[in-house]
Amino acid sequence: MNLLSHSVLAAGLPMAEEGAHTPVVAPDMGAGGVFDLLWLVIALPVLGAVLLLGVAPFLPASLKAAADKHGHLVGTAMAALSFVLSLVLFVALLGRDAESRQVGQQLWTWFETGSLTVGMDLLYDQLAALFLLLITGVGSLIHVYAIGYMEHDPRRRRFFGYLNLFVAAMLTLILSANFVGLFLGWEGVGLASYLLIGFWQHKPSAAAAAKKAFVINRVGDIGLSLAIALMFATFGTTDFGAVSELAGEASQGTLNALGLLLLLGACGKSAQVPLQAWLLDAMEGPTPVSALIHAATMVTAGVYLVVRSNFIYELTPVAQTAVVIVATVTLLWGAILGCAKDDIKKALAGSTMSQIGYMMLAAGLGPVGYPFAIFHLLTHGFFKANMFLGAGSVMHGMNDDVDMRHYGALNKAMPVTFLTFAMGYLAIIGFPGFSGFWSKDKIIESALADNLVIGLLALLGAGITGFYMTRLMLMTFFGEKRWEADVHPHESPKVMTVPLIVLAALSVLGGALLLGDWIVTWLEPVTGVAEHHEPPLPAIVITLIITAVVALGVAAAWFLVGKREIPREAPQDVSFATRAARADLYGDAINDAVVVRPGAGLVGGLTTFDRVGVDGVVEGGSSAVGGLSTTMRRVQNGFVRSYALSLLGGALLVVLALLAVNLG
Amino acid sequence: MTEFVKPSIEYFELWPLLVVFGVACLGVVVEAFLPRSVRYTTQVVLALGGLVLALVGVVLVAQDVQTYDDGAARGVLAVGGTIAVDGPSLFIWGLVLALAIAGVLLFAERHLDGGVSAFAGQAAAVPGTDAETASIAANREHTEVYPLMMFAVFGMMLFPAANDLLTMFVGLEILSLPLYLLSGLARRRRLLSQEAALKYFLLGAFSSGFFLYGAALLYGFAGSLDFASINEAVRNDVGNQALLLIGTGLLSVGLLFKVGAVPFQAWTPDVYQGAPTPVTAFMAAGTKVAAFGAIMRLFYVALGADRWSWQPMLWIIAVLSMFVGAALAITQTDIKRLLAYSSVAHTGFILTGVIGLQAADQLAVGEISSVQAVLFYLATYGFATIGAFAVVSLVRDGGGETTAIDRWAGLGKESPVVAAVFAFFLLAMAGIPLTSGFVGKLAVFSVALAAGAWPVVVAAVLASIVAAYLYVRVIKVMYFDAPVGDGPSVAYPSVLTATTIAVGAAITLVLGVLPGPVLDLAAVAGEFIR
Repeated sequence: MNLLSHSVLAAGLPMAEEGAHTPVVAPDMGAGGVFDLLWLVIALPVLGAVLLLGVAPFLPASLKAAADKHGHLVGTAMAALSFVLSLVLFVALLGRDAESRQVGQQLWTWFETGSLTVGMDLLYDQLAALFLLLITGVGSLIHVYAIGYMEHDPRRRRFFGYLNLFVAAMLTLILSANFVGLFLGWEGVGLASYLLIGFWQHKPSAAAAAKKAFVINRVGDIGLSLAIALMFATFGTTDFGAVSELAGEASQGTLNALGLLLLLGACGKSAQVPLQAWLLDAMEGPTPVSALIHAATMVTAGVYLVVRSNFIYELTPVAQTAVVIVATVTLLWGAILGCAKDDIKKALAGSTMSQIGYMMLAAGLGPVGYPFAIFHLLTHGFFKANMFLGAGSVMHGMNDDVDMRHYGALNKAMPVTFLTFAMGYLAIIGFPGFSGFWSKDKIIESALADNLVIGLLALLGAGITGFYMTRLMLMTFFGEKRWEADVHPHESPKVMTVPLIVLAALSVLGGALLLGDWIVTWLEPVTGVAEHHEPPLPAIVITLIITAVVALGVAAAWFLVGKREIPREAPQDVSFATRAARADLYGDAINDAVVVRPGAGLVGGLTTFDRVGVDGVVEGGSSAVGGLSTTMRRVQNGFVRSYALSLLGGALLVVLALLAVNLG
Repeated sequence: MTEFVKPSIEYFELWPLLVVFGVACLGVVVEAFLPRSVRYTTQVVLALGGLVLALVGVVLVAQDVQTYDDGAARGVLAVGGTIAVDGPSLFIWGLVLALAIAGVLLFAERHLDGGVSAFAGQAAAVPGTDAETASIAANREHTEVYPLMMFAVFGMMLFPAANDLLTMFVGLEILSLPLYLLSGLARRRRLLSQEAALKYFLLGAFSSGFFLYGAALLYGFAGSLDFASINEAVRNDVGNQALLLIGTGLLSVGLLFKVGAVPFQAWTPDVYQGAPTPVTAFMAAGTKVAAFGAIMRLFYVALGADRWSWQPMLWIIAVLSMFVGAALAITQTDIKRLLAYSSVAHTGFILTGVIGLQAADQLAVGEISSVQAVLFYLATYGFATIGAFAVVSLVRDGGGETTAIDRWAGLGKESPVVAAVFAFFLLAMAGIPLTSGFVGKLAVFSVALAAGAWPVVVAAVLASIVAAYLYVRVIKVMYFDAPVGDGPSVAYPSVLTATTIAVGAAITLVLGVLPGPVLDLAAVAGEFIR
């Protein structure tokens, strides 16, 4: 129980002081000015989606052709406008006092009957402001990129419609001022993700991946929906403001349950173990989708959920411990997958899983970690989007081949892609000075200060990151050419490289958010003031150690991958570890054994019972009853008697159960 | 034995009921005396007019009934205390009438099958004989379906308003008998339809027997059939406890059979599949609404004081219904059977709301009551169901409706609008936010949680995941799978079916986005009167 000593301490404090640690959400509802336009941030992409998906198909043929041809511009414009508005809002928020940077807007009452009141309310605070910039900013860049990437796709208009739909849902998730609204966005991004993973529906694998993502996400949704129901039952509301105020009054058991249920929800959306299996398959979607949804924004929603629910987690050390454990397992799990995958997108997806593990880890550490979770989330948004788009650019030049074993020496053929990708690479491994260096360093340092074992595992993860990213770089851009004769790698058009350059710049400079502890101070009113914990070693020493471990990983990759010949076909006589990692550490096999097969067996059993079993009982009984069965057989269909028997049996059961329970 | 007193009949409060009954009788007269050529139009106009008039009546009565307990309940006991015209009754009447209007529109649809309705030309003609061929050649159709339906509607209104066991039984039979008959009248696949009707009739009669026996036992316990006296007897703990329990059990069998709860669900898929689709649509929505009204009245008004003994039973039945319904739906290959099993699962969800009953003094001020949650859920379920079955009637191939799910592959391409609307109804049934199903589920789960039934709620959430899987499976088939052969074709409906679908979809959306007014209405309906 002492794993997280600080939170145990916090939970032991009396209520009044609790409030002092975890800020209560109390937005200013009448801020006026530009804040009255908050709803427009969501409304713009909604409008885009409605125009592209709802209106365009019903236009007369000539106009529809025009819509198909230029629809993507509408979609991109909506995302860009939304970004401009987010920027204006951010500046306006900067202009307010540090204490009054929570702004609310009441749109309409969703439903209200007695205690069951849910408003369509928005909450714009320091946390939401950063997310808005990330979603609309990176989102706009990816829209621009997709103009080039999807140029030859006949359904490009629809693709942009889905992208807009996704952005709108994601913004709803972030801006909502209560858990029901958040759930609305949560399901919305799930739906958009489903549509986009399965976008190339002619591929059966894409349709299957879409369904898998949807179903696994629904398992996570059990957690979130139960948490919401429990909140209604406990607090009578799901407003962030009211819940943060009342949380201290709930029993410890309720709080633990809430924390764990929310974590289950977060696991589903953020692909954390044990609900991680869908993310790698989700790479079947078009690459811009992988970059936007499955790297930069949607998959980090779980981290947002934990940070946003800090008023609950601060009171439940049990759930916090669970968050830390899940996060640590995932960050290693994802990293190991990343080492063995030859599909460039799947390798990156493993890395995403691992990096989200880092964010979750930070979020599980309490107020010390929250700002760094968000910090890493932002920098990761930049460099991972950058690398996914880079991977898309590589695929674009390689006839959509995703196997890194068929790449090699692409640094000359695609200089811009290479250079921008390299920036992302240096950022993710934590090369000193790059954005990822600052954010990951802080997380590992906080983890070490909190618990030595967790800290060391996070450190190990950093080393593995160095290994698999270097392997990816070497296999893709260096070494011998391994591509087919008919492949002519070429640089992508400007519309694709410009977003890459912008994202590369952000990957390099993203660390600036930490200048003067800006992001920590900025988020303090949301996440609470952290108690200072001395790390076991001076910070500078820890930084040096992390860098050394990463260097070891890089060197290992250099000797194991860079110095050797890379076969075009993946060798089969590999160690058990490699085989396990290639098979996603048997994630699917585990799901299959634990959930799918028993489930299918149960359904099969029920079906058999329904069709045969009941009838069989009659057959058996009839031989005993003799004449009765002949009488019953005269009924034109053999099944009615079995239905009637089941009715009789049910009636007996009901009556006997009633008697047994009440008279027994 | 008390002396017989002639009951006074409250004509004002009862006139919606009487209008429907009158129109039904008038329909029979029309069949007897008007020439065949004008019957269709006359019957449709008569039925629609009657239903609309009755609906207006419901609104007028609702505005004018007397209130009790500071507005916590409203209504009057009519006809010597045998019919309770109270808030929940009026809500259910309104709902049944609205669904019946949609039902008449679907019954009257003649565009889909080359100018004839979905009903057999001459039900008495044995399938495959010359008589049948002749009736088809003559383009005959049964216009008796409208009066039959009106009788069923009358039963659906009487059933939930019945305030004693005998009236409830009469309501049950009036609602059931026309439906047995209607189920057997399909124009195509007649043997399947007749088989379904016979099964429905036999099993329905069997379950009615249970109901009647239960009523007799309760009479033995309380010495009275009316709910207030039974309640009094339960409260004072007089009489034989075993009679009460066995009576309760047998009565529940009769009622749970009508809503298709497990283990009394066996008839549902066969009947839903065999009956003509318009009948399935009307029956699936209307019967469930009416029967849940009756279940709540029996359990809350008559047996409310004894709830500790029946709640555990309903817990188990709710959980079983949700899981068995959802699990069996997964393996179905026919869309109507799939929707039937899904309706079994929905029965479980609604029962989750029913067990959320708490004594009035335990409810916080303004807290949502279980009656309110269940009424709201019924509204969401009714419109989504009738809309979904209406869509099913549109998808056809050479042999009439094509209900095999794998034949629906490629519907998303063939007819994006139809596929999108159907997907929307499925998402509503799965309970995705911004559809009515989400708010409905939230409401019933909340009341069940508040009443301490958290194991049921956990099971319900788990079951809704299983259910979500099966709905997504259908969506996947429609959008992602390659069409079989020429793929499905979508018949262009007349304005009647189109209106039904559009209104069903609109209500499903509105109840999801702005459920406030209807939730309020359910709250204003208040409690049952005794």
